[in-house]
Parts: sequence; structure tokens; C-alpha cells
Amino acid sequence: MHVLNTELNLAAPDDFYAALLDMHRDLNETQSALVNAKLLLLLANHIGDDAVLRAAMAAARMDVAPQPDIKPC
Amino acid sequence: MKTYTNPVYEYRRPPELDGTVRHRGVVIVGAGPVGLAAAIDLAQRGMPVLVLDDDDTVSVGSRAICYAKRTLEILDRLGCGEPVAQKGVSWNVGKVFHGDCLAYQFDLLPEPGHHRPAFVNLQQYYFEEYLVQRAQTLDAAEIRWKHRVVDVSRDEQGVTLRVATPDGDYALSCDWLIVCDGARSPVRRLLGLDTEGQVFRDRFLIADIHMTSDFPTERWFWFDPPFHRNQSVLLHRQADDVWRVDFQLGWDADPEEEKKPANILPRLHAMLGADAVFEIEWASVYTFQCRRMQKFHHGRVVFAGDAAHLVSPFGARGANSGVQDVDNLVWKLDLVVRGLAPESLLDTYDEERIAAADENILHSTRATDFITPKSVVSRTFRDAALSLARHHGFARKLVNSGRLSVPTVLLDSRLNTPTPDHVTFSGAMVPGAPAADAPVFGPRGGWLLDHLGGTFNLLVFGDAVPAAAARILAQDPIACSTIQVGGVAQDGRNVIQDRDGRLATRYDAQPNTCYLLRPDQHVCARWREFDPVAVRGAVARATGHTADTSIAGNAERTAPCMY
Repeated sequence: MHVLNTELNLAAPDDFYAALLDMHRDLNETQSALVNAKLLLLLANHIGDDAVLRAAMAAARMDVAPQPDIKPC
Repeated sequence: MKTYTNPVYEYRRPPELDGTVRHRGVVIVGAGPVGLAAAIDLAQRGMPVLVLDDDDTVSVGSRAICYAKRTLEILDRLGCGEPVAQKGVSWNVGKVFHGDCLAYQFDLLPEPGHHRPAFVNLQQYYFEEYLVQRAQTLDAAEIRWKHRVVDVSRDEQGVTLRVATPDGDYALSCDWLIVCDGARSPVRRLLGLDTEGQVFRDRFLIADIHMTSDFPTERWFWFDPPFHRNQSVLLHRQADDVWRVDFQLGWDADPEEEKKPANILPRLHAMLGADAVFEIEWASVYTFQCRRMQKFHHGRVVFAGDAAHLVSPFGARGANSGVQDVDNLVWKLDLVVRGLAPESLLDTYDEERIAAADENILHSTRATDFITPKSVVSRTFRDAALSLARHHGFARKLVNSGRLSVPTVLLDSRLNTPTPDHVTFSGAMVPGAPAADAPVFGPRGGWLLDHLGGTFNLLVFGDAVPAAAARILAQDPIACSTIQVGGVAQDGRNVIQDRDGRLATRYDAQPNTCYLLRPDQHVCARWREFDPVAVRGAVARATGHTADTSIAGNAERTAPCMY
């Protein structure tokens, strides 16, 4: 079973970060949210490993406290 | 309705009102799909059964419309699969639209070599009508129309009912009560029992319309279509050119207003075109819930179908799971009533069908969460999956417009005899799985399932079971019929031939491979060699006897004769 790699794994971190922001150019907030979600689903499918994905979800959620006022759709 | 006239079944004054009181073995409340299937199954086993229904006709308007392959196979066993399959519309292709575009399409086209298709669509009233017709041919089944249960009391020995009729009330006592009186289950309420779960804050309009159209016979599901923005719509064909249209309305919709033809027509015209010609047959606005009773088996009272558990309609898991409930229940109850199995066997009905209900509720809840996103982010992910589905196969597996009903594999059932680790099998026919059909040549028809009937069956590949052993297994108190695949018929035994090799493939068969099938056709044990003691042990286990007690004291005595 694989574990989530949280060591630096990007050859060019600054380039990646810029490309990520570039991906959102000319998009409004709703569109950006959609594109982020699509990106996440594509990457999740690429990774495939359930344990890695769940570890990533837990890591992403860390330090983010639950909020009571969840907006309905 | 233009295409269907509800039959009126005759109410008869019950003899109890004139002083003839008779204690009953099994009484069923509710002559819907589930209650009728239970009644037919019991009556076919020679068990007298009385069905009470508060109405005098079948379903008014269609409700359930999609019947799964497994349901048709159960109906075949009950002697009424053919009319449902014939009248029903079979379909394989589903299309999912998102906004203006086709997101993707899927094909349920089953692998060849099955008698029944993946699904047929048929109005519920036809389904019930065919079951009533079948029940009426069985002397052991009596249906009383316009008989409403108004009071119930129970103890360890049985149940006493108060039944209201147009001519007055009467008391009726029975040993067993099967409750199949639907989602609102008056009997459940009378007994003060409740269901637990979730109500979904959404409303849906169903309209059944009569329309001659060249729409293909496919399941079409729209997310956020241009003619009904921000909501979902489903179009499905039924028999007689009747189409089911299901519009998501949202929680704030007014059900009384939405039901009015003046409000339905514009929605339909927006969808089908301004010049579409159709007539509304029936319309209803519904909300739904995913919930179940904590237990289905309460001593001498057993709940089945919607009375026991509720799901959203997406996935066709309501009527289909209800029919599977009674498929699971009736053979067990029959053995218990005949004194051949301990009453605790019915606890396994609870275990197996609660596991199935939870599986159905899980799938149905997930479909509902996809169709009705409950938060902004949930909507975003849904749209992301739909948008990716247009180009990428993987995302189509994330889109959920209802995961269509498949039979539950009773993997964890304690009625299964585990296969030892060193005995290897591949394929889907694990203990707990419903027996897969396959084409055969045989005395009872062209399909494996035609030969199974409603008893335990030992399916053996080759002639590993000596004639004497087969005869003894068939004469056991809990009879087990041997079905031999291949070879020459000896001793009048059922011998079937594998028509094209599919039977052997589906069962991963080698010479001497044996499968023990329960009366509901679920696999409960399998071996690579025939061992009569192991077969009897597995029958004992599958009927709630502990491994070291014999069935009605008979097994030990006769076992040596088998060699």
C-alpha cells in the first residue's frame, strides 16, 4: 500500500504554482470552483489509491474548523 | 385513464360475520406487489394463506415501473414471470444529459445467455393484476378485498386482528402475520413501531402520459436541462405508449398547485415540444425518504417491502427489494411453520434483508445527494463530474442518476457454509450470490432457473452423485433435489445439458463441482467433490440448525445409507 507523499515531488514548484493560477485566468468564482473540482477529480482518478486519497483528504482538512452556517444550494 | 381500466375485485361478506370463526396459519396484510408475491409463494408450497386488502383493485395510477431481472426470475418461480416480461418494455440504453448536451450514454445490455433482460418497465397496476390472476389459480391463497385491519395485538403465540369490512368488523386470529401494507403501513403504526432515517427536502412531479412518439425506448435523464433549469428530469417508457416523466421541483414547490394539469402541461410542452400530442394519464407530487425499521421480524409479525424500508425511487430499489424480501422470507417461514426449522431461522431474514435494505438505502441516498446537491460545493463537484463525463470514461462512474437495482449478495450470511481456503473457485457464484441463469437443455425448459423450483437444489457437474444418494437427499425432511449437469439420466433424475458452455463458465465448474442452492436460489455452499455429509451439514446450517444437530433427528440415522 502506498502512503501519501508530502515531501517535495514537483520538479519546478514555482512553475507549477504559476500554471495552477494561470488555469483560472479569466474565470469568475463559480467557474474557478468548477475547474478546481474537475482538476481534483482528474487527479484523484489518476492516483487511484484509496488510502492515499483519504490521507490527502485528511491532510487537506487539517486546521480547517467546521462551520455551522453551511449554505444550501 | 385512457389506456387502463382498473379491475374491480369482488368484496365478499366474510363468514366470520355470520359466526364461522376459523384460526389462521398465515395472514398477509396488503395485496400489493410484495404481499401478493408472498401469498403466491406460500400457496405454491401448499401453505394456506389469507390476504387482506383495504381496497378492491390494483394500484390506482402507476407507481413502481422498473422491474429488475432478479424480480422477473423470482416471478418465474412464482409462475407469473411471463406476462410481466411479455407486457413489459425492455430497455438497455440509458442517456444522461447535462444542460444542452449529451454527457454520455450507457448500455445495460447483459451478456448473452440469460432468459430475462436487465429490466422491464411496466405500470404497477399490470404487475399487480398478473399477480392477482396467478394467486387466484392457487387454492391455498384467499384474497379478501375491502378488508381493512383496524386493530392488532400480538403475543408469543400469534396475532389477533380486528378487520373492518363494508358489513361490519370481525376478529381474526393467526399464528403469523406478514405486513406488506406499504410505506405508510397502518399496521406498523397500530403496533407502535417506527422507522428511522432521513427525509429528503425535495419534491418531484410524476406524470404518466400517453403519447405516440418516436422517442427511443431508453432511459433519459437530464441534469439542469434548458427546459427545466437547475432541476433534473427523467423520461422512461412503459407499456401501451405510456411514458413516465419525473420532474424535480425543489422543496418550495406547492404540491397541490403542481398537480394541476394547467401547471403540468407547460412543463411537458417545454420538454417535448410545443406541438407534442399527449394526454396525461395520471400525475402525482411526492417527496421521499430513506429509512427503515430497526428490525423487520417482531416475533410472530414480520414486515416486508415499503412497510419495512423506504428508498428514493432512483435506482428502482423499492418494489424490486420488496419482492426479494418475501423471496427470502417465505421458504424460511414455511419450514418454521412445518416444524422443520427453529423459529430463530427468521432472525436470518432480518439479518439478510436488513443488510440488503442498508445497501439499497446507501445507493439511493448517494443518488439523491448527487441529484439534489445539498451544498454549493456538492453542486460544484456534481457539475464537475458531469462535465468530465462528456470526455472521460472514469467520470461516468461518478455520475449518479440512480444505481440500478441488482440483487444483494448475502456474503456475510450465517446460513452460508464457508468454502475452505484450499478449495479455489473463481467467478461470481460465491456463497450468498443469487444463482446466475444460463441456457440449458432440460426437461423443464431452456434455462437453468427453470429447473430449480422452490426447494434446496444440489447442482452437480457430472455424475458424481450416486443415484441412491440423490434419492436419499430428496427424501430428507428438508428435501434437496439433485440436478445433474451433463451425462446420462439415471433413475429419473433431473439431468440438464449445458447448452453452450456458459453454465460451466458462470459456475467455474470442473467435473464433480457441486453447488448447494437455497430455495430462494441463493448459493449457500459449494464444493469440488460430492460429500453427502457435507451437503446435509450445509442444508442444516442453511435452515438454522447448528452444525451438530440433525434435521428433525433424521440425518444421522439415514446418513450411512448414502454410500
